[in-house]
Amino acid sequence: MSSYEARFKVWRGDADGGGLEDFKVEVNDGEVVLDIIHRLQATQAPDLAVRWNCKAGKCGSCSAEINGRPRLLCMTRMSVFDREETITVTPLRAFPVVRDLVTDVGFNYTKAREVPAFVPPAGLGPGEYRMMQEDVDRSQEFRKCIECFLCQDTCHVVRDHEENKQAFAGPRFLMRVAELDMHPLDAAADTGLDRKRTAQDEHGLGYCNITKCCTEVCPEGIKITDNALIPLKERAVDRKYDPLVWLGDKIRRRS
Amino acid sequence: MSVVERQEWDVVVVGAGGAGLRAAIEARERGARTAVICKSLFGKAHTVMAEGGIAAAMANANPHDNWQVHFRDTLRGGKFLNQWRMAELHAQEAPDRVWELETWGALFDRTKDGRISQRNFGGHEYPRLAHVGDRTGLELIRTLQQKIVALQQEDFKETGDYESRLKVFQECTVTRVLKDGGKVSGVFAYERESGRFFVLEAPAVVIATGGIGKSFKVTSNSWEYTGDGHALALLAGAPLLNMEFVQFHPTGMVWPPSVKGILVTESVRGDGGVLRNSDGNRFMFDYIPDVFKEKYAETEDEADRWYEDPDNNRRPPELLPRDEVARAINSEVKEGRGSPHGGVFLDVSTRMPAEVIKRRLPSMYHQFKELADVDITAEAMEVGPTCHYVMGGIAVDSDTAAARGVPGLYAAGEVAGGMHGSNRLGGNSLSDLLVFGRRAGLHAAEYATGAADRPRVDDVQVDAAAAEALRPFSAEAEAQEPAGGPPENPYTLHQELQQTMNDLVGIIRRDAEMKQALEKLAELRVRARRAGVEGHRQFNPGWHLALDLRNMLLVSECVARAALERTESRGGHTREDHPTMDRRWRRINLLCQLTDPTGGLAATDPVRGQIALTRETTEPIRPDLLALFDKEELVKYLAEEELYE
Amino acid sequence: MATGTEPTTTDPHPPGGGVRAAPRAAIAAPHLRTDRWWLAPAATAAGLLAFVVYSTWRAFANTHYYAAPYVSPFYSPCLAENCEPMKAGPNWEIFGSWWGISPAIIILIFPLGFRLTCYYYRKAYYRGFWASPPACAVAEPHKKYTGETRFPLILQNIHRYFFYAAIPVAGILTYDTVLAFRDEHYDWGHMGLGTVVFLVNIVLIWAYTLSCHSCRHIVGGKLKHFSKHPVRYRMWQWVGKLNARHMLLAWTSLVSVALADFYVYLVASGVFDDPRFF
Repeated sequence: MSSYEARFKVWRGDADGGGLEDFKVEVNDGEVVLDIIHRLQATQAPDLAVRWNCKAGKCGSCSAEINGRPRLLCMTRMSVFDREETITVTPLRAFPVVRDLVTDVGFNYTKAREVPAFVPPAGLGPGEYRMMQEDVDRSQEFRKCIECFLCQDTCHVVRDHEENKQAFAGPRFLMRVAELDMHPLDAAADTGLDRKRTAQDEHGLGYCNITKCCTEVCPEGIKITDNALIPLKERAVDRKYDPLVWLGDKIRRRS
Repeated sequence: MSVVERQEWDVVVVGAGGAGLRAAIEARERGARTAVICKSLFGKAHTVMAEGGIAAAMANANPHDNWQVHFRDTLRGGKFLNQWRMAELHAQEAPDRVWELETWGALFDRTKDGRISQRNFGGHEYPRLAHVGDRTGLELIRTLQQKIVALQQEDFKETGDYESRLKVFQECTVTRVLKDGGKVSGVFAYERESGRFFVLEAPAVVIATGGIGKSFKVTSNSWEYTGDGHALALLAGAPLLNMEFVQFHPTGMVWPPSVKGILVTESVRGDGGVLRNSDGNRFMFDYIPDVFKEKYAETEDEADRWYEDPDNNRRPPELLPRDEVARAINSEVKEGRGSPHGGVFLDVSTRMPAEVIKRRLPSMYHQFKELADVDITAEAMEVGPTCHYVMGGIAVDSDTAAARGVPGLYAAGEVAGGMHGSNRLGGNSLSDLLVFGRRAGLHAAEYATGAADRPRVDDVQVDAAAAEALRPFSAEAEAQEPAGGPPENPYTLHQELQQTMNDLVGIIRRDAEMKQALEKLAELRVRARRAGVEGHRQFNPGWHLALDLRNMLLVSECVARAALERTESRGGHTREDHPTMDRRWRRINLLCQLTDPTGGLAATDPVRGQIALTRETTEPIRPDLLALFDKEELVKYLAEEELYE
Repeated sequence: MATGTEPTTTDPHPPGGGVRAAPRAAIAAPHLRTDRWWLAPAATAAGLLAFVVYSTWRAFANTHYYAAPYVSPFYSPCLAENCEPMKAGPNWEIFGSWWGISPAIIILIFPLGFRLTCYYYRKAYYRGFWASPPACAVAEPHKKYTGETRFPLILQNIHRYFFYAAIPVAGILTYDTVLAFRDEHYDWGHMGLGTVVFLVNIVLIWAYTLSCHSCRHIVGGKLKHFSKHPVRYRMWQWVGKLNARHMLLAWTSLVSVALADFYVYLVASGVFDDPRFF
């Protein structure tokens, strides 16, 4: 294996407009797309804006779209492409563009704030928490999330419908609701907060039509749809559409 | 030019990693209005890269563990150069800081009886690291991030504004700490996205910016690690301590080239991974230093038995402190017993079933699969040393985390010096962030809210800072003047700096090379003043790098000067010409300060340099702490006069 | 700040706009994918359509659904008077004589509802038929989207009732499979090729039914503390393993049920004689 020259199209511009710009750039053995973007910065376009950080798939900063698919620039190896292929890199297309490959991901931070935080159980001090591994497994899977927001970007509910951004928290933050609802010691219920109900009433769970694109793009391989969103839908059904469960809960609470 | 926007806060925290966020939480809970500034997005800080765990003597896995043992391990790891009071506070408070995280929603891996599971790590006598698989740093940062959101939700309920008492300014860079007389009065910063300048006025500033790894070519650190906090403190007049101690983590990836340096967690070895050279030998058995002889196994059989029965066997030498392992790998490669890409082999595939590897080391499995196309359940990894951590840093008061000499300035985390001595143990970093992050936040808040009147930010300083920040845009024009040379590409300068530090002030150091490095740094410093950038101020990475160069050059000079001065080998500082530890140096701290703290950088002589070194003799270790060690052990470290004091 | 942490002052009725509208990056193409993204939705749509056509024909045909000892799964249980007589078979005349059309219609409502509201099939037909979305990161053609928030799609939430109903149906199909161990004279202890077809089908039907997401929730997923319910935790893990293959089971059981019916049709219409093993 040796180095070769690859053809790239990189979107450049800002909120006022822009377009795909052509580049020819050297590629070496073992490189990832982010290396190529950095080479462009160092040699051809010093002011090419890109967001990145750890370069090891752990921080979730370098999210972009490569050949139309939402991916992490640092985890996309050049070897997956044909040498003849022109590789197109654009910013995330569900969020407002700032400049070049950088988008305004503020939507996600707004939504993060709308999910009520973990409620510590009353009467348990620090060091007194006892939780079994099997009870934390599910939430731990969701806490692998690196907040790259690729799932938020790919989800058609907001990607194709700007107007839904108000009502819909997106896969990442519905998963956060699921994480807290499955947390073995979360005491939200004691404070009158029913996460199962609010998932649908306040975070827009009903908008999800489980078409699984969030799961497909997740670089951490979290089964967002099967393990978080669908279980959360079922939990909402318990509250809102299943009289048997509702009755059972009522009786149990009485006794 | 003074139309720069100003805001008033009580405490400004620079950096949103573990230490910064913990400081911000504490300051806000103590009633101070707190602002956090970070270069990246909120929640992306380098802390997410921490893999192994948080060291805290909770005694969940081994009932014999307690803070005294942890303290002892920390001092041994740091070769007794640690600021002992910090090591003591750290060992005592770490368990509380970990348990506190659980009350904020953290989910650590569990023991059979439902407590926090603890794993083995290099240099720790007992399994001590609270962890979540190999993504502990992510859990830590996310928990702190979510705690901040929780506090903001409380504030929203009360005031209708999420950011009334605690606000994160993300993707902003601080270029100067501002002062009113001798005291801190705020910070000067710019927004990376727009290039807009702003000033946050505050009586107290906590620096929590992490490390300096980006001055080295092969590093596990992210782009953020340009030594900003170190430089900010220097420029504000605070000294840096023991900057020669830079930890090279023994196991970084060596191939492919684009990921060279990325970390391979120590948990791989803690969980049973072994190091082999190209002859297939477990070479670490040949590198056990005398001071550690009694603690480590001499045969492979004993080492292997230790994983099951740690009470009756000694630990494998793969779990020696990081400096020892890094040096050993370095020698093996040098002597021609390295792997094809210039590292050694780290193997778990023959030691554990594939499912166990995938469960216990998921990110490592993922990282090698995705980046190197290597299946670690089937073949060995190739690893080599990578610049990982700086033990040196801002000289601080142990109890309050206050920087020396500048009232109102605090420092916590990697940017603060002293805690780890000459070498940091794995897992002690995350606990350091929490323990001293909290202390910094606490004392900064007390100082800020107790101050009689607020310090003023004067326009002259703001204008000077703005002019300094805009300088790269005018480099092209100035280049026409006869005195200057052609404008310089900041990327090229950065690459040359990294190469210099890597080759000349790297893992093994020599007198002549360090002198050469200082000359090269002087040259780069002159050229860096001509670093020019194209385009405008909006999200311009070339400009950002040009500004970061100032910090990297300052810090690199500190490292090189201090390393040249210390004529011994200790922890993260290895001299080929002075290969042994010298007990006389045990009490000596090296302090770096700006040669000309008043004149800024422009007036600095390019040859003489910007940094002045002073030696300082440390305070003796408190007798009750010394009593935790055997006399025979102390003899190896302490100078004669210390032993009889 | 562009990526501010301040909540964006959003208009309560923001204008509609998708991936091509400002303030997003100005890219005119609805997508930039270069792979054959249309293949999966097209294949899904074709497969589902084929089944719909076949099953509609067979359900309304009202003929060739019984060839002793085999009853087509489309007609089991047969609940009207106009059913063909099956000795000891599942024909219970609950609906009496007023039911004039094919008795398959009565019972098919349940498996149809189960599959129609199934989380996998929802994905399949939302993508394949409704292009919502056609594939990931490919713009969908609709102006508005409300998902499953309002009528009729909010009814998808009743999936678990169809799951409850699917269990007795699967039970009856199991009974049919047991009856298939007879010969055409209703003597026990025999097997033919049809028996094998029925066996395969019933295994797949059960596997699909039990791999249902609602089932996973009911057996254990709804619990907060698995450690307090070890048996249900086991069951949850077991269902979880099946659930991971829900898509595969959805397709294989769909094909197997159609094949079982087709087998009965072939035998009943005399095209083919059921090869007997013993």
